[in-house]
Amino acid sequence: MDPSRFIRIDATTWQIPAHSRMRVPGVIYATEALVREMDDKVAEQLCNVACLPGIVEAAYAMPDAHWGYGFPIGGVAAFDAEAGGVISAGGVGFDISCGVRTMLSGLPRAQVLPVLEELADALYETVPAGLGRHGKIRLADRELDAMLAGGAAWAVSQGFGHVEDLARIEEAGCIAGADPDAVSRRAKERQRAEMGTLGSGNHYLEVQYVAEIRDPRTARAFGLGLDEVVVTIHCGSRGLGHQIGTDYLREMLLEARAHGIELPDRELACAPIRSRTGQRYLGAMRAGANCALANRQIIGHLARAVFSRFFPGCRLPLMFDVSHNTCKVERHEIGGRVRELYVHRKGATRAFPPGHPDLPADLRAWGQPVLIGGSMGTGSWVLAGTRADGERAFASAVHGAGRAVSRHEATRRWRGEQIVEELRSRGVLVRSHSMRGVAEEAPAAYKDVDAVVEAAEAAGLARRVARLAPLIVVKG
Amino acid sequence: MASAPPARAGYEHFPHGADVGVRGFGPTKAAAFEQAALALTAVITDPATVEPREPVAIRCSAPDDELLLVEWLNEVIYAMATLDMLFSRFRVTIQDGELVATAWGEPVDRARHRPAVEIKGATYTALAVRREPNGRWVAECVVDV
Repeated sequence: MDPSRFIRIDATTWQIPAHSRMRVPGVIYATEALVREMDDKVAEQLCNVACLPGIVEAAYAMPDAHWGYGFPIGGVAAFDAEAGGVISAGGVGFDISCGVRTMLSGLPRAQVLPVLEELADALYETVPAGLGRHGKIRLADRELDAMLAGGAAWAVSQGFGHVEDLARIEEAGCIAGADPDAVSRRAKERQRAEMGTLGSGNHYLEVQYVAEIRDPRTARAFGLGLDEVVVTIHCGSRGLGHQIGTDYLREMLLEARAHGIELPDRELACAPIRSRTGQRYLGAMRAGANCALANRQIIGHLARAVFSRFFPGCRLPLMFDVSHNTCKVERHEIGGRVRELYVHRKGATRAFPPGHPDLPADLRAWGQPVLIGGSMGTGSWVLAGTRADGERAFASAVHGAGRAVSRHEATRRWRGEQIVEELRSRGVLVRSHSMRGVAEEAPAAYKDVDAVVEAAEAAGLARRVARLAPLIVVKG
Repeated sequence: MASAPPARAGYEHFPHGADVGVRGFGPTKAAAFEQAALALTAVITDPATVEPREPVAIRCSAPDDELLLVEWLNEVIYAMATLDMLFSRFRVTIQDGELVATAWGEPVDRARHRPAVEIKGATYTALAVRREPNGRWVAECVVDV
């Protein structure tokens, strides 16, 4: 986008003043270089979001923002139910509560390298990834509903992982207010064989090592030591979440006019928070989020089983688990008054500052860990919530590198086999059954994750703690 | 309307920032819908590798053509996900907003089909069902993968 279209507030803040039907301004947090790289659609979609009823303060775009569905990916918007605010199925997205978790091995890289090939094979064998590969878990109706109500806490009660894990998951691993009855039979049907599966696309399981530490004290508090190995999982609510998205997008779209909502884009389908559809979606969306939390908990358990075989006594404690496609009810101070808001984060991570009461006691002094997935060749980042001189975008931060090249174009430019070979020569082992899938996820198809997190830090969204570099990539 | 040369049926993909668009075209609306579904399969694998052995019946309805396209593709996605199948042949009829179809395919064979991605859902983004001046029907939208 041409930065001259926007009002530059400071080095990393760009404003689109409210015009025509916009109720609030649009704000983009990014460096000038990242703004230039962004698709024009980001500004267009941000303006559309700013038109929705009950939106508070501004529609925000993160430094990794790109063209999404209705909302830009990397979009944040908050709505006040008292002011006629809405909840949007498009604002959460198809992959409800898609997110990232990182577990700590405490092992130095040198101890893992000699068995890297065998470890990669074992992880690929154990963690089901990609279309047509199912988990071993089959849930009967009642168990499925218990999982939707209980999230990762349900998974722990079934023997997947430990109670200590729950404190290191947002909302202690269980989103309150989930309503399994608001989830369609079809959505549940789509989940039958999907529990504990990774999925495909940009989802992955990676074995990584801590390649760089920027904030030694926070890194130590998070349990990250230089050159130590960690396991990171990126996936979401699988078929169930996708179907909830599909079901409610349609319902909200067809009902919008009856609710007096004029949609600037069909993909922004939404319903008043205080409506039957709004409440049912909230219940279903929270159930979908619990499915995602349970799923990552189970996959984490599978990874632990593999690690304990190779490294007896290695328990892979959970460092943190964050979701980046969500709508959460939070209290934020707006103009000196604390208001309860429905904060949509589509491809954005919550990033509570140090001292926030919802953080676990042992992390409170440091701020919420924010896990940023990069591409398989470049690496990932651990950030921490920051206070700077006040909250930005309702305490939100980036979620990933953001695509620079479409899947379509990626398959023209690269071949999966070449990428696997190139990464191998750089010490990264890729395990995937689809070479086309690998080509679509080529490292060069993504923006420079380092530039994205640098911009996030400069904009006061989060501060850099450590950079993680991949050793093993398991993809669907 | 002036007579145009009969339009050939076919499909293609078009780029979207993070995902991919499916576009079907043909001499009738139904043919364009069939081709859009084939484009959906082609996001996952080469349709030529999928044998059209087993028929699956699909029906759906919607208040307009564009919503019907999303509905149709989501029905195919649902059938793929729950039956664990891929489809390579489609027959669609559309009458008064009602779509009745048969999809032919086979169970996913990971070794042979090498599925690149699974599809989460059809979206309302870049959604269009239109008839071009030459009489050709086009049905297209972005799918989330």
